[in-house]
Amino acid sequence: MTVDTSIFPAPDANAVEAVLSARNVAKIFGSIQALKGVNFDVHRGQVTTLFGENGAGKSTLMKILSGVYKPTSGQIILDGAPIEFDSSTEARDHGISIIHQELSLAPNMTVRDNIFMGREIRTMKGVDFAEEERQCRLLLAELEENIDPRVKVEDLRLGQQQIVEIARALSVNSRILIMDEPTSALSASEVDVLFKVIRDLKSRGVSIVYISHHLEEALQITDHAVVLRDGNMTAYAPRKDIDLEWIVRHMVGEHFNLGSPPRGYEFGEVVLEVDGLTVSDKTGNQKLVDELSLDVRAGEIVCIYGLMGAGRTELLECLAGRLPARQGKVRLNGRDITRTSIAERIASGLVLVPEDRQRDGLVQTMTIGQNLSLANLRRLVRGLFTSTRLEREHIDNAIRRTTVKAGSPDHLIGSLSGGNQQKVVIGKMWSTNPNAILLDEPSRGIDIGAKAEVFRLLAEGAREGLAVLYTTSEVGECLSVAHRIIVMHKGKISAEFGSDVTKARIMAASGEAVVH
Amino acid sequence: MSNTDVSKLNPPAAKQKVNIANLLIEGRAFAALLVIVIFFSLMSPNYLTISNLLIMSSHVAIYGILAIGMLLVILTGGIDLSVGSVLGLAGIIAGFLMQGVTFNSMGIILYPPVWAVVVMTLAFGAFLGSITGVLVAYMRVPAFVATLGILYVARGIALLITNGLTYNNLGGNATYGNTGFDWLGFNRLFGIPVSVVVLAVLAAIFGIVLARSAFGRWIYATGGNQRAAELSGVPVPFVHVCVYALSGMLSSVAGLVLSSQLTSAGPTAGFTYEMIAIAAVVIGGASLNGGRGNVRGTMLGAFVIGFLSDGLVIIGVSAYWQTVFTGAVIVLAVLLNSLQYGGKRL
Repeated sequence: MTVDTSIFPAPDANAVEAVLSARNVAKIFGSIQALKGVNFDVHRGQVTTLFGENGAGKSTLMKILSGVYKPTSGQIILDGAPIEFDSSTEARDHGISIIHQELSLAPNMTVRDNIFMGREIRTMKGVDFAEEERQCRLLLAELEENIDPRVKVEDLRLGQQQIVEIARALSVNSRILIMDEPTSALSASEVDVLFKVIRDLKSRGVSIVYISHHLEEALQITDHAVVLRDGNMTAYAPRKDIDLEWIVRHMVGEHFNLGSPPRGYEFGEVVLEVDGLTVSDKTGNQKLVDELSLDVRAGEIVCIYGLMGAGRTELLECLAGRLPARQGKVRLNGRDITRTSIAERIASGLVLVPEDRQRDGLVQTMTIGQNLSLANLRRLVRGLFTSTRLEREHIDNAIRRTTVKAGSPDHLIGSLSGGNQQKVVIGKMWSTNPNAILLDEPSRGIDIGAKAEVFRLLAEGAREGLAVLYTTSEVGECLSVAHRIIVMHKGKISAEFGSDVTKARIMAASGEAVVH
Repeated sequence: MSNTDVSKLNPPAAKQKVNIANLLIEGRAFAALLVIVIFFSLMSPNYLTISNLLIMSSHVAIYGILAIGMLLVILTGGIDLSVGSVLGLAGIIAGFLMQGVTFNSMGIILYPPVWAVVVMTLAFGAFLGSITGVLVAYMRVPAFVATLGILYVARGIALLITNGLTYNNLGGNATYGNTGFDWLGFNRLFGIPVSVVVLAVLAAIFGIVLARSAFGRWIYATGGNQRAAELSGVPVPFVHVCVYALSGMLSSVAGLVLSSQLTSAGPTAGFTYEMIAIAAVVIGGASLNGGRGNVRGTMLGAFVIGFLSDGLVIIGVSAYWQTVFTGAVIVLAVLLNSLQYGGKRL
C-alpha cells in the first residue's frame, strides 16, 4: 500500500521511511511511570524489533501504538500526521493490528468464526459462512498451514493457534503488524514458516514491529533494532551495525544496585530438598517441570532464572502444594511433604509468595491488616475467637518488619502502591515463621526502589537462617542477593552458577542468546 | 458488627469526604426501613403499634433466619437456592417424627420427645447442606446447579413422605410426653415472640462469628479471593462444606419455626423463600461476588422486605402489586450495590 506523504509536512528526515512514529510518548499507571518519553519509528516495509527486559515498557509502547492505551503525554504520528486512537478498533481501521503475547482467540469457536469475529460477512440470509470459509482457506494456504477452518481453536496445537491469530491480523489487510512474542509457543519449523511469512509481508509493503525474548531469532529477521530500558529508549541502530553483544549491553545496562549476597556466616543444614520432581500440564501429556532436583540450605539464597514457559512458576506452585507432583519427592527439614496440603506445608514452615499478587496474593475486599494476618489466623485464636490484641501486635510487627508504608492497617489493600502490596504479601507469608520461603517473581510490576527493598528483606531473612528460593526473568536481578543462580529451560536445570557469573552466560544458558 | 467495620470496608478517600449521598448509600437499608415504617404509619394507624410490630417481626424471623444462612454462602461467593425446599422438608421431617415412628417388626410406635425431634431435624438439615457443600467444594459443581438440584430433590422427598398432604396435628399428646412443639411459634419470652428471640440470638452468634472468629475471616477470604486464601493456608473446601451445612441447618430452624407457628407442616411450605432470602442479603449490602456483607445489613434487609410486604397487606394493596413492589426494591438494592462497589475492583 502506498500513501502519498507529500501533502503532510515531514517532522524530520526519518519520516520519509517511518510509517508510524511515537514522539516523546510517556505513560503513567498510578504511581509507576512505565514509559518516560520514548521516540520510536516503525520503518515502512521493514521489520523493526524492540528489545528490552520484562518491565522495560515494550508491551506498553505497543499497546499505545495499537490504540489499546492512550499515552499520558506525547504524540503518535501516522504517515506524517499526528493521530489519536480512541480504541484498538480505530487503530485497526487505520491498518494497525497487534498480535498479543497472550492469545486472544475464543477456544470454543471454529477457526473461521475466530478469524471473522466482529466482522462477519453478513448477507440478507445471515452470515455467509461459505465465503468466510473460502477466504480462510486462502489465508491459511498463504501461511502454509493446513488447518481446516471448521475446526475448533481448542483442538489446535498452541503453535497452530498462533498461526490463526496471525491469519486474523492479516485478514484485515493490516499495513502495520505488531507481533508481541509471536514465537514463544512455536516449534522450530513453525518459526521458519512464520519468518517466511514475515519476509513475504515485507515484500508486500507491510511494516512489522517485532518483540521477542529470543534475541538470536529476532536478529535473523529484523532490519532495525530499538532497545528500551526502564521506560527509556536507550539505543537504536540498523541491523548491519549491531550484534548480540550490542543488544545485551544496552538491554541490561548499569542496574540500580539491588544488593549483594549476604556473607560472613556459614549455611546451615539443607532445608528444602527437591528430588526428581515432575509436574505435568492439565492434560498430563506435557512435562512442565521435568525430573528436576535441587536443594536449598538454611541461610542460602537461590535464584531461578528462566524465560516465560521455562517451568519456574509450576515448580514453585508444586513445591507449595498448589499443583500435584507427578513424580519425585519434596522434603522439608528431611521430612517428606510431597503429599501434604498447602496449609500443612505452611504449618511445617514452607511458604510461597505467588507471582501474580492480584490474582493469588491478596484479598482485595479486605484491609491491609486482615491480609497480613490471613495466613496466621490459627495462631491468633484465644478461646473461640481471634484475639484483637494479638492480631494487632502481629500486624504491627509484620508492617514494621517488611517496612510497608501504609497510613493505617485498617485501610483497604487497594490503597497501597504495587511495591507496598508486594511487601504485604511477603509480610503475610513471612510472619508465619517459615524455614523456607519461595518467591515467584517478587519484583514483578514494582518500581526499582521497592525492588531493592524486597531484595534487602530477602538478604535479612537469609542472615536469620531462612532458606530463600526466588525466580526472576530479569537477568540483572539474578546478580543481586543470590548466592547461587540456577537457570531453567524447558522444565530442566540447564546451568548452575555462583554469584560471580556474568549476565551474558546466564542468558546463554536460558536459551535466550548464545554469546561467545 | 460494630460501626468500625463499615469504615474498614472503605478506603480513606471515601471516609474523608462523607457527604449525604455517601451516607445514604452506606445506610441505605436502614434508610429504606425508616421510609417504609414512616410511610405505612401515616397510611394506617394500626401499623406502628407494639402488637403489629411484634407480629410483623415474627414473620420476619423466618426470612431472617434463612437469610443468615444465605449470607454465609453468598460471602464465600456461592449461592444456595435450596433453602426454601429444605425449610419445607424440615417441617415435614418434624411432622413425621411427631406422628410417631412405627417399628412394624417390634410392633411398637415410638414417640420421640420434642427436643429429640428438633435435634434430628436440625441434623438432617445440616446433612443435606453438607451434601451440597461436598458437591461444590470437591466435585466442582457450580453452587447454582448443585443447590438447584437439592431444591428439587428436597421438595420431591417432602411430597413423597406426605403423599402431597399436610401434617395437621403437631401439638403432640400429653400421654406420649411429646407436647410443646408449638412453643417456638406461639410462646413469648418477656412479651417477645420466641421466634424473634431465636432470630436475635442467631444473628448475634453469627455476627460475632463473622466479625471475630478465624472461621469468619476464612469465609470472607474465600469469597474475596479463593486462590489467595488457598495459598495462605485457608482450608477452602472445609469452609465451603461448613457454610452450606450451616445454611441447611438454619433452613431447618426456619422450618421448625414456621411449622410451629402454623402447628402444621405442608410439603409446599417455604416455596420461593430462597428468593426472599437472597433479596434480604442483597438489600443488606452484600456483594453477590462474595467477600462483602455482614449480618447487621442482612437483618435490615430482612426487615425491609417483611415490613414492606406486611405494610402493603395492611393498607390493602393487592397481592399482585406486592410482588411488583418487592421486585422493584430488589432491583434498586442491586443498583445501589453496584454504585457502591462499582468504582472498586471486585
